[in-house]
Amino acid sequence: MIDPGVVELSRLQFALTALYHFLFVPLTLGLSLLLAVMESVYVMTGRKIWKAMTKFWGTLFGINFAMGVATGITMEFQFGTNWAYYSHYVGDIFGAPLAIEGLMAFFLEATFVGIFFFGWDRLSRPAHLAVTWLTGIGANLSALWILIANGWMQNPVGAQFNVQTMRMELTSFEALLFNPVAQAKFVHTVSAGYVTGSVFVLAVSAFYMLRGWHVQMARRSMTVAASFGLASALSVVVLGDESGYTATLDQKMKIAAIEAMWETQTPPASFTLFGLPDTADHATHYKIEIPWLLGLIATRSLDRPVEGIEDLVSQGVTRIQSGILAYRALETLRGTPGDAAARTVFDAHVRDLGYALLLKRYTPRVVDADEAAIRRAANDLIPDVPVLFWSFRFMAGLGFYFIVLFALAFYMASARRLDTRWFLRIALLSLPLPWIAAELGWIVAEYGRQPWVVEGVLPTDLGVSSVSKGAVIGSLVGFVVFYSTLAVIDVMLMLRVIRRGPAAPSEV
Amino acid sequence: MMPLDYDILRFLWWALLGILLIGFAVLDGYDLGTAMLLPFVGETDAERRQVRETVEANWEGHQVWLILGGGAAFAAWPPLYAASFSGFYIAMLLVLVTLILRPVGFTFRDKIAEPRWRNSWDWALAISGFVPSLVFGVAFGNLLQGVPFSFDADLRLDYTGGFFGLLNPFALLSGLVSVAMLATQGGTWLALKTDGAVAERATRIASVAGLVAAGLFVLGGMWIAFGIDGYAISGTISHTGPSNPLGKTVVRAQGAWLDVYTIHRLLALAPLLGFAMPLAASLLVARRAHLSAFIASSLGIAGIIATAGISMFPFLLPSSTHPEVSLTVWDSSSSQLTLFIMLIAVLLFLPIVLFYTGWALRVMRGPVRLADVEHSEDRY
Repeated sequence: MIDPGVVELSRLQFALTALYHFLFVPLTLGLSLLLAVMESVYVMTGRKIWKAMTKFWGTLFGINFAMGVATGITMEFQFGTNWAYYSHYVGDIFGAPLAIEGLMAFFLEATFVGIFFFGWDRLSRPAHLAVTWLTGIGANLSALWILIANGWMQNPVGAQFNVQTMRMELTSFEALLFNPVAQAKFVHTVSAGYVTGSVFVLAVSAFYMLRGWHVQMARRSMTVAASFGLASALSVVVLGDESGYTATLDQKMKIAAIEAMWETQTPPASFTLFGLPDTADHATHYKIEIPWLLGLIATRSLDRPVEGIEDLVSQGVTRIQSGILAYRALETLRGTPGDAAARTVFDAHVRDLGYALLLKRYTPRVVDADEAAIRRAANDLIPDVPVLFWSFRFMAGLGFYFIVLFALAFYMASARRLDTRWFLRIALLSLPLPWIAAELGWIVAEYGRQPWVVEGVLPTDLGVSSVSKGAVIGSLVGFVVFYSTLAVIDVMLMLRVIRRGPAAPSEV
Repeated sequence: MMPLDYDILRFLWWALLGILLIGFAVLDGYDLGTAMLLPFVGETDAERRQVRETVEANWEGHQVWLILGGGAAFAAWPPLYAASFSGFYIAMLLVLVTLILRPVGFTFRDKIAEPRWRNSWDWALAISGFVPSLVFGVAFGNLLQGVPFSFDADLRLDYTGGFFGLLNPFALLSGLVSVAMLATQGGTWLALKTDGAVAERATRIASVAGLVAAGLFVLGGMWIAFGIDGYAISGTISHTGPSNPLGKTVVRAQGAWLDVYTIHRLLALAPLLGFAMPLAASLLVARRAHLSAFIASSLGIAGIIATAGISMFPFLLPSSTHPEVSLTVWDSSSSQLTLFIMLIAVLLFLPIVLFYTGWALRVMRGPVRLADVEHSEDRY
């Protein structure tokens, strides 16, 4: 029997280490390309101030990059250490993009990042510029493969269950690669990274402008950040909408939970701008709604319904019952692989096998589950509605705020009014916002997928390793202490470097 | 349907896993070795900077061999990845923590010019070199003896060992082989790349470490021949069957790990390299033939890792309590399609990786002299 304590602790540890890792990833994605842009200007114009800028932002990039790499190793280890059954069950599919990420992307960025720092005096200007671009391209390709892996957890295409090996196996690599969820998530995530990099450059430069330090460099940095940031902020929101659309095709429960939409509405559904979701009586109070909007976003139509939570739970009951048939046939096939009748039943119901696994929490023998257990398992399909409802609204609100911020910055830069103090204060105060948005986005995507670790295929609690509770408590406490110490050092060093500022152009 | 048969793909992926491990141990091995020796070969702040500058620009890329090795195990041998990482839970987290110290150690150290701060990071880097070297060796020592695990009908792993069970005498010996081997690699590298007092100290350490590595390797071999049991599949096993480790029988016997060398005598080249090359590295470094010493040390690493892999073939992770569920090459792989696609990916990208790794090493070629680093500032 699986220890529920181990499940909860392992989930907490994965969530904390992933959220922590994701503090560094977006900045790496954005800043790496901003460095490449700045150095391109240096190589094209030959003006030393752009080299000084590249080196200064590069130092901050380096501190952040080290933390990103360090905390990324944790993620790769953790699938094996804490999610061993998950690794066995879907490693045939999920492992491939992770390995290709190493081969194609991480090797690239990790090899060239060292040359970025140590190659200034050893390479020609164009060669060094190529190194900088390759570092940035490597970082972004890395995100592509990680999100192909993650996209499969959200929308598990191109795979089927193999009775003989008791696991999911790949049937189509093209389907895995061109998974629409993965594509939408990739563009949404890297754009969010570019926004993070741009806000970071904008805010630190605003700090310099307010103090009157390094004004020449700060002004140029702000101009670059404003244009890059505006394009990225628009792209995040547009492509966030695209991932909303793809999610409705495959993750109806996630959308319903984000909207706190308990009942299916007559299409086109209205969008709830504000409200108080109540999980006890399955209702959302004090709603402020925009008619038609949700139906348009989610289905791109006026006549297709967006299904509500209650309907999805009822469908869940049906799928669990169907899954039980698959599970019973599977037990027969394990004993007598040639049983043709069992094979026919299994093939007819295998797409609901994962739903039968939801019962494992309530009964040791899935096939004997009673109505009450099925009902409870179906109710488990509802994720944490208030958390999703609010996380999504704050994230989306911040997304629109960034468009306004960068439009303003772009206007100020074009009108040569970048030294306007109220604008600089707003820019500086915006510094933490992209991180908050990114973390909320992760919560919507991953917490919103619960109770599944792979949507419709494997419930999260079954994915866990057979390790002791004590071991996981030990590692969790270790991570909290170790990561907190590193966070303090990281921020302290960042502030030191910012206070010291860039070297004068004549010195680089 | 598939251009390559399942058994060939499984064999190739067994070989590739070995190649990735060797790539890691040769390339990142000199980074780990250098880090391990850092506080001992460098006494002043400038000397320590000199030591770090020999690896600082390239170690990050080399580390990816380990990341890729983990990813390849995940993709090609999911049961092996799942069983070893969760079974060796505490040991893996120990390695993880020390691996995390490396990127931050390199980047953070020079940001503050205070001796206590820098000294702490130097020791953190030394630990980040020593602990993974030791633990990887200890892990291999446990693989060779088998570890206690079984599966239920759902193929859920039940691992019944603990952390301290891993620290048995043979495993600790394997750990020391690994530490000595990577100290030789780091020492010969530093002898090659530095000058002055650092090069002198590195030369002395490498010549001792090479002797120790060769000696302990022989001791380990004798232990395998006369001490611990090896494993062998009894009866037949389909090489193209489904990846389910529950359908075979296995026997344990003293010396069974050495049977392969009586069948294929040429394979004895691997243990021969594993013994002779660290020895050669020791002698060569003492005679100031530093490049040859480094190459010999690298070949020694390849020999030692290949010996472990070849001796155990086709076993990947034997079970000491339920030998019949041991993970082997023939019943613990990914599907044929995944192995095939991953092979294409490796054939496509690994040559490119080797090309730019070579280019990056060429950019940073040449010695790191004490005089050059004495006045240079933080470069990260």
